[in-house]
Amino acid sequence: MTSHPDTPLTVAGREFDSRLLIGTGKYRDFAQAGAAIRESEANIVTFAVRRTHLGEAAGEPGLLDTVSPEHYTLLPNTAGCYSAKDAVRTCRLARELLDGHSLVKLEVLGDENTLYPNVTETLKAAQTLLDDGFDVMVYTSDDPIVARELEAMGCAAIMPLGSLIGSGQGIQNPYNVRLIVEQSRVPVLVDAGIGTASDAAMAMELGCDGVLLNSAIAHADDPVRMARAMQQAVRAGRNAFIAGRMPRRQSASPSSPLAGRING
Amino acid sequence: MTAMTATTEAAIQLNGESRALAPDTSAADLVEQLGLGGQRIAVEINEEIVPRSRLAETPLADGDQVEIVHAIGGG
Repeated sequence: MTSHPDTPLTVAGREFDSRLLIGTGKYRDFAQAGAAIRESEANIVTFAVRRTHLGEAAGEPGLLDTVSPEHYTLLPNTAGCYSAKDAVRTCRLARELLDGHSLVKLEVLGDENTLYPNVTETLKAAQTLLDDGFDVMVYTSDDPIVARELEAMGCAAIMPLGSLIGSGQGIQNPYNVRLIVEQSRVPVLVDAGIGTASDAAMAMELGCDGVLLNSAIAHADDPVRMARAMQQAVRAGRNAFIAGRMPRRQSASPSSPLAGRING
Repeated sequence: MTAMTATTEAAIQLNGESRALAPDTSAADLVEQLGLGGQRIAVEINEEIVPRSRLAETPLADGDQVEIVHAIGGG
């Protein structure tokens, strides 16, 4: 069989074979997280930064013992930050945590009900982080004007939401995602809202460079199997995009020749 | 970095909780006392990162706000 190799996903000068990026939250335990992440074949794995436990839980094995920096490109995120200041502090802590690692996922949220990005604070934080030498993959709304501004500032990747974080509602505004893809010269990844494999395939068919998801795998009945499904969906969607889909038609067009029919 | 001069007990805020420290406790001492020595953590004092290589030479003073963080699961 002939293989049709794809170009790698390139973010901030680094190349990745996988276009599926995985979160590490909401799993039953580290073992399940590790198994699902392996099955997903993801190269980039995102995690959160939180206060250490003080007291009896100190010194227990941690996430990075399961998802090691030797095997994965770790992408610290600023989930839970509601101001530019907190997001910047979190990124600086993450850089220290990972020995100078500069790639971060910036998200500054607006409120706890929607977890919708606060674009004003996101723009502020992005500027500070870029000035401080970070490579910023930025979670944002699906507003193409904001996306363009973030790219012009120098963000390494634009990551519009498909729908609300953790909602599993898929891509609610594919037209906006498409607009962002068409105008962007840096990678565009749908981040948030993916619920099942067809959502991930849709993101890729729209021309996105990748997909970042967490809950769709972690909250599936069988996370390891869903990790496999997502890996396949991202590849399938990517191949369909590169292959170029047929035009949509208003009328039918038979697939079999009309000539030689027995009733002809 | 200033030399350690504190000789009295210091009351700090550690991860949002009050904590009393013995005199002349360095940031590295605190990390050891918490059982976090050798762990992959990051330390911030008064909103400034203290690199791992400088923890031993960083004294903790009364009123310091100390944050010690690690990586956890998240998306």
